[in-house]
Amino acid sequence: MSTSPGTDHDTARHALLTMWTIRRFEEAVDDLFARGLMHGTMHLSIGQEASATGACLALRTDDAITSTHRGHGHCIAKGADLTRMMAELLAKETGYCRGRGGSMHIADTATGNLGANGIVAGGIPIAAGAALAYQMRGEDRVVACFFGDGAANEGAFHEAVNLAAIWKLPVVFICENNKYGMSFSTEKSMAIENISERAAGYGIPGVTVDGNDLDAVYDAVSTAVARARAGDGPTLVENLTYRWKGHSKSDKNLYRTKEEIADWRSRDPILRFEAQIKEAGVLTDEEVQAVRTQAMEQMRDAVRQANAAPDADPSDLLDAVFARA
Amino acid sequence: MTTAGTDRVITYSEAVREAIGQAMEADDRVFMLGEDIGVYGGAFGVSGDLYHRFGGDRIRDTPISELGIVGAAVGAALAGMRPIVEIQFSDFTNQAMDQIVNQAAKIHYMLGGAMSVPMVLRAPLGSGTGAAAQHSQSLEAWFAHVPGLKVVMPATAADAKGLLLSAIDDPNPVIVLEHKLLYRTSGPVPEEAVRVPLGKSAIRRRGEHLTVVATGVMVSRSLEAAEILAQDGIDISVIDPRTLTPLDDAPIHEDVSRTGRALLVQEAPGHVGFTAELSARIAESPTIYRLLAPVRRLSGLDAPIPYAPQLERASVPQVEDIVEAATKLMKES
Ligand SMILES: Cc1ncc(C[n+]2csc(CCOP(=O)(O)OP(=O)(O)O)c2C)c(N)n1
Ligand SMILES: [Mg+2]
Repeated sequence: MSTSPGTDHDTARHALLTMWTIRRFEEAVDDLFARGLMHGTMHLSIGQEASATGACLALRTDDAITSTHRGHGHCIAKGADLTRMMAELLAKETGYCRGRGGSMHIADTATGNLGANGIVAGGIPIAAGAALAYQMRGEDRVVACFFGDGAANEGAFHEAVNLAAIWKLPVVFICENNKYGMSFSTEKSMAIENISERAAGYGIPGVTVDGNDLDAVYDAVSTAVARARAGDGPTLVENLTYRWKGHSKSDKNLYRTKEEIADWRSRDPILRFEAQIKEAGVLTDEEVQAVRTQAMEQMRDAVRQANAAPDADPSDLLDAVFARA
Repeated sequence: MTTAGTDRVITYSEAVREAIGQAMEADDRVFMLGEDIGVYGGAFGVSGDLYHRFGGDRIRDTPISELGIVGAAVGAALAGMRPIVEIQFSDFTNQAMDQIVNQAAKIHYMLGGAMSVPMVLRAPLGSGTGAAAQHSQSLEAWFAHVPGLKVVMPATAADAKGLLLSAIDDPNPVIVLEHKLLYRTSGPVPEEAVRVPLGKSAIRRRGEHLTVVATGVMVSRSLEAAEILAQDGIDISVIDPRTLTPLDDAPIHEDVSRTGRALLVQEAPGHVGFTAELSARIAESPTIYRLLAPVRRLSGLDAPIPYAPQLERASVPQVEDIVEAATKLMKES
């Protein structure tokens, strides 16, 4: 396990840039949607950037992730191409899925992203399976499996975590507990305090961390990754965080208070990390400003290039149903 | 059945909500369970204010646990309640298939009729919202293929209410599949709790030349197509089976025998779909001798539903596709 990202200049810069890129990308998506220029539905992770970024920093490029419906952050943090992501959301032929998948189905083989998922908990058994493949082939690769607090109440969670535990699979289960599964709060959806308590039921370690603290996420996931890589099996890491925006476009926020949202907004994971690294003298004010500008420019480039790309082509809708032998 | 009471125009989703509210007022055993049906009012706004009217005990928000929810409904039904499950998107019935297919559908039979499972499972189906492959399927034929399940696809606001009331009364598990694009459509609906029986097709339009049989949102698309075809002198019937199981095929045989032409329209992929059953029923009966042209099916592509709007649109029959298919069928004969 290396030192925390917040203490190393290059890593801190990279982490900050990643978080700002996620934020700007999703703000752009939100805006395109509000202006009727984007179609379908989307789930924003604004407020949760430290979780995706800290976790992916603890991974190697050849490690894999599985993601969720709220997956833009995971995708970007694992290194995806912004323009291809934006093109997918804008229903372009140059998008990651040629316009067939949209926001909930982006995958990127080049960066080890096995895919977002429209099905809550759908990715959890898949993560175990990918880890099984690595284990069977004697590779020292690890899978990081992102899912929400709501997903932890699906049967798939139970079955997958148990399989991973008994086979000592190299997987890290990362529960992004943002307090709600759509409108249902964790206080109502489960009778325990922390989701990480469930780890005991599978005989694996479980840890709960402040998911808005990039270093804390990084440290917890790094420990879990080291354990998985060493062949000692899975860990359940719970990142406590919060989504600022509604669950999806149709959310009227009737199930939570304005005060609660404001309180969590004041705990912005990005501003917090900025303050931390500036105070520690790891990055200067100017360097931080340069990162912000860079993130904004990257996002603008992605939108511009994606907009200029050709629309997805409806002429060959059957060609991808089956893979060619 | 029909309009015994006073009709007023309300939306399809209001009609569903009204049916649930009236059933709950009339019978303490009726309750609802599902994800985000409480304060949120349901992902599609169907449960709306029911939570405020009946409280969280009877409008019961659940964790994201479809298998558990449906299983709990099966158990409650066995123990004398009348649960209505809302599955947020019909795609997520997949999580609950054991309880639907292996349990609910078979218990009455396996126990020699000793117990039954009077539950209703409601779920939105279909494409057209840009929600892509895992949120847009039309799986009605799967359910219709399982003996022991009744399968209902209301196509109008009045039917959304009337068929649901019958489903709640029914002593069997009933799957009610509501098309997402219909929720905001409206039509005249009786104020009273007027039942529409399960197993009775509706003749939506009677024409001379060709019979369209359509389900779900394809019913209104076929009626729109009928207006366009009428301008070209093609006069079509539109029949809406309303319930896939039990299936009332007599009106289909009668009408096809009269027009000599059958165009069977569904949103679901054609391969092994519901209209294949209709086609077989025509082929296996004397109706086949009355055909002036081979039966034609118009279905969704045998592919998942894509995200991009122009791709999604191209994946399932649209009004112009129905017009074209009907015109071609007329020319063939
Ligand atoms: C099997 C299944 N059930 C329900 C849904 C609808 N749905 C999509 S996201 C969501 C909430 C998920 O909550 P959580 O796992 O906490 O993730 P979050 O949205 O908070 O990131 C729900 C109910 C779904 N997509 N799949
Ligand atoms: Mg959540």
